[in-house]
Amino acid sequence: MNNTPHPPRLPRLIEVRKNVLKRNDLLARKLRDRFRAASVFVASLVSSPGAGKTAFLEKTLTALRAQCRVAALVGDLATDNDAARLARAEVPVRQITTGTVCHLEAEMVERALDGWNLDELDCLFIENVGNLVCPSSYDLGEEMRLVLMSVTEGEDKPLKYPTIFNTADVAIITKIDLAAAVEFDLKSARRNIQSVRPGMRVFELSAKTGEGMDEWLRLLQSRL
Amino acid sequence: MHELSIALSIVEGAGEEAARRGGKVSVVHLRLGQLSGVVKDALLFSYDLACEGTLLEGSRLMIEEEPVVVFCPECAAERALASIQSFRCPVCGALTPDVVRGRELELVALELTYEQHAASATPATTD
Repeated sequence: MNNTPHPPRLPRLIEVRKNVLKRNDLLARKLRDRFRAASVFVASLVSSPGAGKTAFLEKTLTALRAQCRVAALVGDLATDNDAARLARAEVPVRQITTGTVCHLEAEMVERALDGWNLDELDCLFIENVGNLVCPSSYDLGEEMRLVLMSVTEGEDKPLKYPTIFNTADVAIITKIDLAAAVEFDLKSARRNIQSVRPGMRVFELSAKTGEGMDEWLRLLQSRL
Repeated sequence: MHELSIALSIVEGAGEEAARRGGKVSVVHLRLGQLSGVVKDALLFSYDLACEGTLLEGSRLMIEEEPVVVFCPECAAERALASIQSFRCPVCGALTPDVVRGRELELVALELTYEQHAASATPATTD
């Protein structure tokens, strides 16, 4: 336009308004659409390490396999021990080894599904890496997120990790057979769950003894 | 700790915007909801690492924290929670699961600077 030298330009503030996790969220939405189109009910499991996700899942898969076509994806940092345990339920199981990543992302789920025909499934479980912090930010396209806490972890777990409890749909209190031994205060645990996620369904059960499993399975069957 | 991967996403997103508009990023403004699942200090720590060797090296991350706002069915009004350990209306005490705001993890704005000598050569006005 003209050849006069430009004066120094001041910093310019530009509005962006971009969701940082947009890529994951879009992919999760795509997955959710795929699951719905194929009529697959998808539930994910989050908990701290050792809360009993795998034992719970093994019992759930075993109970369901007679009635419907069920499969599982299992996230783990390094080993495939959980996938090997779940294979005992004699349903299709795939391992997602995350390496150093402390949570699953939608992209990992999409990759793990490669080659599976969703039309041949009714129900899919996604077991997240044992971690009560990081998985809370990542949508995996699931229909239901389960948060598990074992009685040995203490009643105040929901207050310590309110975000993950708040993003979950159902809470499962595991290892209920040990409640008396560790003096677990069930009332207080339930109150804490309701405090961080009012109205959340709570199940108390033991995968080991089978106590409480029926009630949980009834809820699941009502959603299939 | 997933803050490093979040920081990498921020750097990537901000870098794309800056490349599109020309200029160098000096400040990144981020809105962080209390229910985003991201810890502010860990994110700030990770940010510098994530910027290393990128066009954003030397830039600053400014985080604006957003409280959680719920809708109270008793008051029929939006209320900010005092603590995310208790989803109770701070006015009437009713429990409410209805989150209106507080999950944000949003790149809000960028401050771009332009080098004096490069200014006339930077095609900042073209798109």
